[in-house]
Amino acid sequence: MNFIFDKNTWQEIFGSIGKNKTRTVITIIGVLWGIFIYIALSGSAKGLDNGFEKAFETVAMNSMFVWAQSTSMPYEGFKTGRQLQLKMGDVSVLENRVPAIQNIAPRNAKGVFGDEPALVVNGQKSGNYAIYGDYPVFTKIATKKIYDGGRFINDDDIEQSRKVCVIGERTQSELFDKDEDPIGAYIRVDDIYFQIVGVHKFTPGGGFETDSDIFIPFTTFRKLYNTGDNVGWLTIAAYDDADVVQAETDVKSVLKSIHRVDPEDERAFGSFNLGEVFNRIMGFAKGMTFLSLVVGIATILAGVIGIGNILLISVKERTKELGVRRALGATPNEVKSQIILESVFLTVIAGIMGIILGAATLSLINSITEGGDFPYANPTVPIPYVLGALVIMVVLGTLIGLIPAQRAVSIKPIDALREE
Amino acid sequence: MIEIKDLHKSYKMGSNSLHVLKGINFTAESGELVAIMGSSGSGKSTLLNILGMLDEADSGDYTLDGVPIKNLNETKAAKYRNKFLGFIFQSFNLINYKSAMENVALPLYYQKIPRKERQERAMKYLEQVGLKEWAHHLPSELSGGQKQRVAIARAMAAEPKVLLADEPTGALDSTTSYEVMDLIQKINDEGNTILVVTHEDDIAHMCKRIIHLKDGVIEKDEKVTQVRASQYV
Repeated sequence: MNFIFDKNTWQEIFGSIGKNKTRTVITIIGVLWGIFIYIALSGSAKGLDNGFEKAFETVAMNSMFVWAQSTSMPYEGFKTGRQLQLKMGDVSVLENRVPAIQNIAPRNAKGVFGDEPALVVNGQKSGNYAIYGDYPVFTKIATKKIYDGGRFINDDDIEQSRKVCVIGERTQSELFDKDEDPIGAYIRVDDIYFQIVGVHKFTPGGGFETDSDIFIPFTTFRKLYNTGDNVGWLTIAAYDDADVVQAETDVKSVLKSIHRVDPEDERAFGSFNLGEVFNRIMGFAKGMTFLSLVVGIATILAGVIGIGNILLISVKERTKELGVRRALGATPNEVKSQIILESVFLTVIAGIMGIILGAATLSLINSITEGGDFPYANPTVPIPYVLGALVIMVVLGTLIGLIPAQRAVSIKPIDALREE
Repeated sequence: MIEIKDLHKSYKMGSNSLHVLKGINFTAESGELVAIMGSSGSGKSTLLNILGMLDEADSGDYTLDGVPIKNLNETKAAKYRNKFLGFIFQSFNLINYKSAMENVALPLYYQKIPRKERQERAMKYLEQVGLKEWAHHLPSELSGGQKQRVAIARAMAAEPKVLLADEPTGALDSTTSYEVMDLIQKINDEGNTILVVTHEDDIAHMCKRIIHLKDGVIEKDEKVTQVRASQYV
């Protein structure tokens, strides 16, 4: 194996491939294209994957919303079409009876589902905004980024029904001057003064929330809008290892039994399962990754076979040259190893060029899509994938080189010399 | 230097067998310049190929510089060729993408001689054949005579025991042929053993000994007075 590290071997190979430029370039393009497709595709798939993950990072992946609708079946003497209402009592029953629930946050809102938003006033400025009544546990299900100096609603706020609120970025820019610190300031929400304790940063992540929402303690909301024990909807996060689809069914059947609804009634409670949607999207992204891997490797394969093909033709072309070399004292092994090394060298060079080109393209796409709505972030190809591709190329390059190499030495030097 | 005893060689042509060499015996001493003559089909090229270890005899003994040449595998044959023999072909057989110097240096590459020394030695032999200025030209930029001189330099570069020339002037006009023969004579003057296959009488008479082959046997083996090629140049 010493010849691999011998400078002379490489000088001979450089001589051979450097002086047959057309052949070399054509050979290289095949593999270059293959590895380029592989890198660009798998990087893009990864970028899409990252993009989806980023879009969902503010919401627990296995969360769901559940709300009450009206019955569609008569049951236990109740007629059909009965309007249902979630109650605070449902929360503890659900927690006890559905073990898959990790966190459950009852929520109320005003100005979201068709009713009138609250009038919010700060001095001379005013606007209409949606108001949410929330528990601190809500942030465990959907992360709320709060700007420095502020906080979200805490347990004391709930206990004492404090009149505090967390406002949105847009609310701040519309109600306050630019250099004014909103934290600690008072605003009037539907004629009640609230002290601002935080400003939340809006991250788009599905759902109906916007950058102008105002969050107040659930208990305060109840007093302000006289909602009593009513709950608008429940936001539920299941444990990571739980089956979200099963959890959704369990939650609904427990609710049906509490509210005396026919277990078969599909329309009594509405729900939206983020986890299921998320799984579907991630499944799509995984499928993309797999597809790009298959397509990429197939393209590399095609490229390497192309190299073999061209080398085979070139061996035919070089029959005489190889015959001369053997007459001058090249052993069959020397001839073979020269052709295999040419093959491997071309493959690796083409591969490295393809990797560089692919990486450049990926970073170009990244800089174009950055900050846009397109779910695409940080497109990378894991190093093992790259190394794997390189190893595949070296192995395939060697194997494919064996065919022309074997052909080259199968001709007797005397016949090779005779060939015109 | 070369010893051949009862050499036989036949080629299979379908169901027929063509007996090309029918018992060849001869010896060549060191420093001889031998012409092997004969019409086409007389077996002279076959004999040269066997001498050059490019082909193997069916039976008979072949000893080169005291080394019996028998049952060689390709690798061993290649090593012997590299060590003992220099080839000069009718069609020059230079590698077309290598410069004159690189062509001359090629046998040295297979002797694992470092690049620098290879190039120095190649330049030395190119100078000897008078082509020092053409060292970096490709074969396509050289005339026929120049190509053959590069080929001779290449055959010399490995400092072989025997030079084998297969119709070295076959593709050249007579003036160039004499130039090439002049060079071969000069190399012989320095003590090198050279075998030349030719079917041209005047070329044969520029050697010191002529072996006439006919139908696979040696018809005549004669010493001749050498005609110096330099008088025609």
